Amino acid sequence: MKNKFDILAVDDEQVIIDSIIKIAKLDNLTIDTALDAQTALAKLNDNDYNVILSDVMMPGMDGFQFLQELAARKIQTPVIITTGYSAVENAVKALYEGAIAFIPKPFSIDELESTLRRGLRYNQVIQKANESEGDFFLVSCPSKYFRLGFSSWLAEEFDSTAKIGTTDIYMKLIESIKEIELLNVDDTLTQGAECAKFVSEDGLSHNIYSAISGRILEVNERLISNPKLLEKDPYFEGWIYRILPSDLEYEKKLLISCSSDRL
Amino acid sequence: MLKKISVKLIFVVSITSILIIGIYSYFNVKSQSEVLLSEVERHAHQLSETVKNSTRFDMLFNQRDRIQEIITTIGKDKEINAVRILNKEGMITYSSHQNDIGHMLDKNAESCYVCHAEDQPISKLEIKDRTRIYKPTDDSPRIMGVINPIQNEPSCYEAPCHAHSSESTILGVLDVTILLDDVDEQLRANTVREIIFAVVSITAIGLLIGFFVAHWINRPVKELVNATNQVALGNFNYSIDKLGNDELGILGDSFNKMTKKLEEMRQQIFQSDKMASLGQLAAGVAHEINNPLTGVLTYSSYLLKRTKDNPEMQEDLQVIVRETMRSREIVKGLLDFARQSAPKKNKINVNEVIERAFKVVTNQLKIKQITLNTELEKDLPNIVADANQIQQVMLNLLLNAIDAIDKKEGIITISTSEISLSPKGITHIKHAVCPKNHSLLDPEYKLEGNSTIKLKVNANGTEGFINLDPIYGRNKNYFGITVSNKSTVELSCPQCGISLINSGKRCPDCGGPVYRIPIPQKGFLEGCASFKDNWQEWDFVDREGNKKFIEIKITDNGCGIARENLNKIFDPFFSTKGQKGNGLGLSVIWGIMDNHNGTIGVTSEVNVGTTFTLRLPEY
Repeated sequence: MKNKFDILAVDDEQVIIDSIIKIAKLDNLTIDTALDAQTALAKLNDNDYNVILSDVMMPGMDGFQFLQELAARKIQTPVIITTGYSAVENAVKALYEGAIAFIPKPFSIDELESTLRRGLRYNQVIQKANESEGDFFLVSCPSKYFRLGFSSWLAEEFDSTAKIGTTDIYMKLIESIKEIELLNVDDTLTQGAECAKFVSEDGLSHNIYSAISGRILEVNERLISNPKLLEKDPYFEGWIYRILPSDLEYEKKLLISCSSDRL
Repeated sequence: MLKKISVKLIFVVSITSILIIGIYSYFNVKSQSEVLLSEVERHAHQLSETVKNSTRFDMLFNQRDRIQEIITTIGKDKEINAVRILNKEGMITYSSHQNDIGHMLDKNAESCYVCHAEDQPISKLEIKDRTRIYKPTDDSPRIMGVINPIQNEPSCYEAPCHAHSSESTILGVLDVTILLDDVDEQLRANTVREIIFAVVSITAIGLLIGFFVAHWINRPVKELVNATNQVALGNFNYSIDKLGNDELGILGDSFNKMTKKLEEMRQQIFQSDKMASLGQLAAGVAHEINNPLTGVLTYSSYLLKRTKDNPEMQEDLQVIVRETMRSREIVKGLLDFARQSAPKKNKINVNEVIERAFKVVTNQLKIKQITLNTELEKDLPNIVADANQIQQVMLNLLLNAIDAIDKKEGIITISTSEISLSPKGITHIKHAVCPKNHSLLDPEYKLEGNSTIKLKVNANGTEGFINLDPIYGRNKNYFGITVSNKSTVELSCPQCGISLINSGKRCPDCGGPVYRIPIPQKGFLEGCASFKDNWQEWDFVDREGNKKFIEIKITDNGCGIARENLNKIFDPFFSTKGQKGNGLGLSVIWGIMDNHNGTIGVTSEVNVGTTFTLRLPEY
């Protein structure tokens, strides 16, 4: 019989591991730890985990190689990547490689709690959608869209502007949205940097990372009065910003094409 | 030897002058000799006529002794070789040399030959033909002989002596021969004089050319070669002294411009290298600091949650959490700086940014007892700019001002206002194409950091390129070829060669042709294509009218900047602070202002103070 833990924390710094253990205990979550990716892979053979929290810079195998190895072994456990190199490039790369979320170090307790909450729910949501008979399903993103992990999507418009929004699965991981905080027109977005904050009914706040860089031309005003629109129609009526992309062709290559999700 | 330009030039000029002076001297000597000989000839002929006339009377009376006496007397003259009278048969009847009398002369003798060359003797001869020049022996001087035939006339055959019959036409010949040694001596002297003149003048021309070539060509070329070698060795600071106003002088100036550009580019590369390694360093440091910060942040937040019933401890823990969060922001800023990313532009209020910058330096102002006056215009419109970068600019300028003040009663004044400027001379043309949509921007040749507009030019058959100033109306154009005022200029796209001349329009200032360059989505740029004047028109921006700017002035009453340093202060690594500064401040500020399409200018007077004027465009 395999042991079951909520979290597997992988980091080469003991103080980080200890911090994560403390936070997990606050929330009554069970936790197992590994000081490098090789140990983590060995532990994954023996035990079951609901979510993995991994650093990037580690001796031996780094966080990105760890993600690739998990995909190769077809391990479905959702991974949250965290790193001290909190450059936006790392966030984009981590989400491209299959991480479901990214938290820059140093993180506060609230940031880690809300991200862990989404990670823990991920497998439940997938499972519920697979088992339910049509009353609960995940809407995958339209084929011409591109996405940054599950955080945000990009849709090119005909007038060389682009719309961005968030994915259905992200909304289901939050569970129930209460209020949103958006940027203003003329503000600048950077790919992989925070662009919106969603507060859920349980009081946690969740960051959305922008799929591309550019200047905000228009904010979807309907969302402010009715955040639930994001849950009802996240891909069309529930768009967040219309923007003027600054380097669309290059940045698109760093995103996952939604048409590949349907294969 | 012949490899040197100067030697080649001297050689060509010398050959040319030898030819010209040689030919001139030759013809000069020849014509002099002709003039002299014809003079002698005339003289000899006159003499022979005199002899003939003076002996005429004695002839008629057959006074033979008297005739011989006259001839002997005349023949004593030093220049006269001989005076002889020959009778019809060729016998010498009278002669200045007594021994010759009675000798018979052959018809082939040099004095007879002229008339007796034909079978039938000629009885009448022109003066020219009666003259002959001959040399009796090889070492004797040249001799000119003039024969004068004595014609028969009634008084001769009617004379009482009856020596002549009335049938003969010629009674005899008077032959006068003159020594030419004096004339020849004079001619030789003339020739020698000509040769000396020729040699002296050719040498003088050679020397003169040599001197000027050395001064005008050798020295500048040597200097240019030296300068090129210096640059090849990596010394980009080498500058050529003014070489003059000629083409070599222009070449020298262009060379200096080129080395200056090279030096700037090297500095830029050096700086970006430095930035890149700084970036790596910052990223490394960020990683190292972020891990311990995570520990501090989570442990303190954890304690905060665990000690809800201990308000005193809560307060202290909150300070730790707050300060850790601040450290997190600082590290994030360090990473942002290291990335040197494009400015993150948002709508900002310049006054607010300035006030934030004040807060940072409040303490320093207090310590140095500096009064800060602010004249910030209320209701200043927001502009789109990177607040952090603008704050960095303000902070740097404020710190510079504080450093500059070293006396009591220091005053720093900051004012902001909204101003409106004509688009001419400030609008940057960031994009320009030909009618076939080829970009005309030339990143290879930049003007104050901006890519210029490159056009192909054909002026009177010479092809080259012109780089137009990308600032509308400023006209600091660079001409790759010389375009004179009289040239007819054809301008075209360097890629496809399509003409850029607007044939339907003439320059309103000079009447010359007009170029028309499409600016994508912004109309057309037109200008005088003969470049006789600076007429330029860009209807699109002219129609928009004056552009609005936020102007920020920072004035201090500190030590000021010396005049010779004023134009250097924005150069990277220029510093007057010695070890204290690294010289990056103002060049970074310049870069930030440029990035925002803004400008920065400075006026200063030593010991009076300095004013920096910044302009940021409103969008």
